[in-house]
Amino acid sequence: MLRVASRRLLQAESAGFRWVAASRDFHSTPASAAPTPEAREQKDWSAVLDKSMNTLFLTELFRGMNLALKHFFDKKVTINYPFEKGPLSPRFRGEHALRRYATGEERCIACKLCEAVCPAQAITIEAEAREDGSRRTTRYDIDMTKCIYCGFCQEACPVDAIVEGPNFEFVTETHEELLYDKEKLLQNGDRWETEIAENLRTEGLYR
Amino acid sequence: MAVLVRAARSKLRSAWQLEGTAAVSQLSESITKQTGLRSLSALAIDPAVRCPTGARQEDVLPSRRNYATSEVAVSPKKKEIKNFTLNFGPQHPAAHGVLRLVLEMNGEVVERAEPHIGLLHRGTEKLIEYKTYLQALPYFDRLDYVSMMSQEHGYSLAVEKLLNIEVPLRAQYIRVLFCEITRLLNHLLSLTTHAMDVGALTPFLWAFEEREKMMEFYERVSGARMHAAYIRPGGVAQDMPLGLSEDIFAFTQQFASRIDEIEEMLTNNRIWKQRLVDIGVVTAEEAMDWGFSGPMLRGSGIKWDLRKASPYDVYDKLEFDVPVGTRGDCYDRYLVRVEEMRQSIRLIVQCLNDMPTGMIKADDRKITPPSRSQMKQSMESLIHHFKLYTEGYHVPPGATYTAVEAPKGEFGLYLVSDGSNRPYRCKIRAPGFGHLQGLDFMSKHHMLADVVTIIGTQDIVFGEVDR
Repeated sequence: MLRVASRRLLQAESAGFRWVAASRDFHSTPASAAPTPEAREQKDWSAVLDKSMNTLFLTELFRGMNLALKHFFDKKVTINYPFEKGPLSPRFRGEHALRRYATGEERCIACKLCEAVCPAQAITIEAEAREDGSRRTTRYDIDMTKCIYCGFCQEACPVDAIVEGPNFEFVTETHEELLYDKEKLLQNGDRWETEIAENLRTEGLYR
Repeated sequence: MAVLVRAARSKLRSAWQLEGTAAVSQLSESITKQTGLRSLSALAIDPAVRCPTGARQEDVLPSRRNYATSEVAVSPKKKEIKNFTLNFGPQHPAAHGVLRLVLEMNGEVVERAEPHIGLLHRGTEKLIEYKTYLQALPYFDRLDYVSMMSQEHGYSLAVEKLLNIEVPLRAQYIRVLFCEITRLLNHLLSLTTHAMDVGALTPFLWAFEEREKMMEFYERVSGARMHAAYIRPGGVAQDMPLGLSEDIFAFTQQFASRIDEIEEMLTNNRIWKQRLVDIGVVTAEEAMDWGFSGPMLRGSGIKWDLRKASPYDVYDKLEFDVPVGTRGDCYDRYLVRVEEMRQSIRLIVQCLNDMPTGMIKADDRKITPPSRSQMKQSMESLIHHFKLYTEGYHVPPGATYTAVEAPKGEFGLYLVSDGSNRPYRCKIRAPGFGHLQGLDFMSKHHMLADVVTIIGTQDIVFGEVDR
C-alpha cells in the first residue's frame, strides 16, 4: 500500500514539474522546449533517482522552511496600529463633515443634491429661509450606519460643504451615536478643517 | 464498548466458575467478535425492537442473542441504515463566507453535497431597478467583494453599450490597469486562503502584505481601499494622481518574486500536492456542461478567455497569454491562477507604458458630469451638474448582455432599459453561482477534507452567489 501511495506521489510530482515547466515557457522559450506527454511516461534512471532523493530527504519541505526562516529574520512590515498609521491619500473617504467659510458662515445652502444622489438614502435635509433671508438647512442628518461611503455626496455638493474627511476612527458603542445631526457634522468640519482644506487644495488639479 | 466489556467480564466470571479454564479461549473469541470488525449496521440494531425467536444468528451479537432469547428475539431483517448527514457551515471558516453545505457521508466519504445558499441575499438586482444608473454602481463593488473594479467595469461597459458612447483611450487603459490589479488582488486572496484551508498559513500572510500595497493603489486612485466606485459609465471617476504610475511600476517589479516565493512554498510541496493533485477533477466536457468559466474552465484545458475571445476596452491592443491546465484537477487550477497573476503583471506594465494622456471621461455632458471648475464658472455646466446628480441620464430603450472576464470567470450583465433614468431589469450572471452548482459532482466520492479543497479551488465568494 505504501508503495502504491509513493508511486502515486511520484507521478503527481512529475506531472507538476512538467506543468510548471510548460507554464513558464509562455514568455521565455517556444512550446517545443516543453516535454511531450510521451516523455513524461518514460523516465530515465537519473530522473527517478532525483525524485527518490527529493522524497527521501524532504528537499522541497526544507527549502520552504528555509524561505520561511529568511522571512522570519527580515524587516517586519506590520505597524503598531494605534500609535503608527498607514498613509492616507487626499482622496480618502472617511467620516463626513460640514464645512464653513472662513467667515464662520456655514457653506451648505440646502440644495439637497447630496440627499438626492445618496444611493443608501442616508441623508435627510429640511430647509427654510433664515431671518436674514438666506436659505439654510434646519436639519441635516446622516445615518452613518446606512452610509456606504461611496463619496457621491461630496462629488455632488456644488459648494464643497459636505465632504468625506480623512477620519476613519469614529467607532461608538451605540447605534444612536452614529446618527449624526447638523451640529455634530459642523463640529467635525471645525475639527478637521485644516486637513480637509489641504486635501481639497491638492485634489483641485483632478476634480 | 464499556458495556460490552463489562458484560463479557461478568460472563467470564460465571463461566470460570462453571467450566474452568476451557471457557476462557471461547470467551476471548466472543470478545473479539463483539469488539472487532463488525459492521456498523449490526451494532446499530435497536435492542428495543425485538420480535419472536427465529432470528438469523449471524445478524445478532452473541451477548444480545443470549439476552434476547430469554424473552424476545432481535429483528429478523437487516436494518437499512441511512448515510450520515453532516451540516457544514454556515459559520465554518473553510466555508468562505456563509456557505451552508449539507453533506451526505458514507463514513468519511462524501456521497452528496448540497449547497444551501441565500444567507447573504440582499436583493441587489431588485434594488438596482429603483436606482439611477450612477447610484446602481456601488452595488457592483459589493457583489464579489474581492474583485470590485472588474464588476464595475462590467456594469459600465453594459451601460455604455446601451448609451452607445465611446470611452477615451486613457480611461480604457486606466480601467484595464485596475482590472488587472483587481485580478492580482483576487488571486492572491483565493490562492492563499485555499492554501490556508489546506493547512499552509505562511503564504496567506505574505499575500496580505502585497494586497495591502494594491489596496493602497485603490485608495490613492478612488479614495476607498475596497469599494472604489471608480470605474463609471463613460470613463473613470477621476484621473490617476501624479506619481501613482511610478509606484505601480515599482510594485510590479518586485511582485514577480513574491509569486515565486508563494510558489516555492506550495508548488512542489508534497503535502500541497497530496491534497490537490487528482482532487475535484473536472473534464472539459463537464466544465462546459455546468457552465463553468474562468480558471475553472481553463484548468480543464479549454482555452476560453473573454479578454481574448471578445476583447473589450484595450485588451486587443495588449499582449498576454492564456494559461490552460491539462488534467482539470485542483492542482491545475492552482497553477492556472499563478500563471494568470504573472500575465497580469505583463498587462499592468504594458498599460503603464502605453497609456496616453488625455481625457478620462466621455466628452458628453449629458452623461458625464463636468469638472468642478467648469461647474463653478459656467451656468450651463451647473445645470448639467444638477441634472446628472438628481435625475441622472436617460438611457435609450434596449437590452444588452455584456460580459467581462472577472478574476473568477465570466461576469455577465443582462441590462434592460425602458428609456428612463433607471434600469428596467438588471440580471447579474455571477461566475461563482455556476461553480457552486458543480460542487456536488466535483466532491462526489471524495473525503470530507477534500470538500474544503474543492470549495477553495472554486473560489466562491458569497456576495456574488447570493447577490
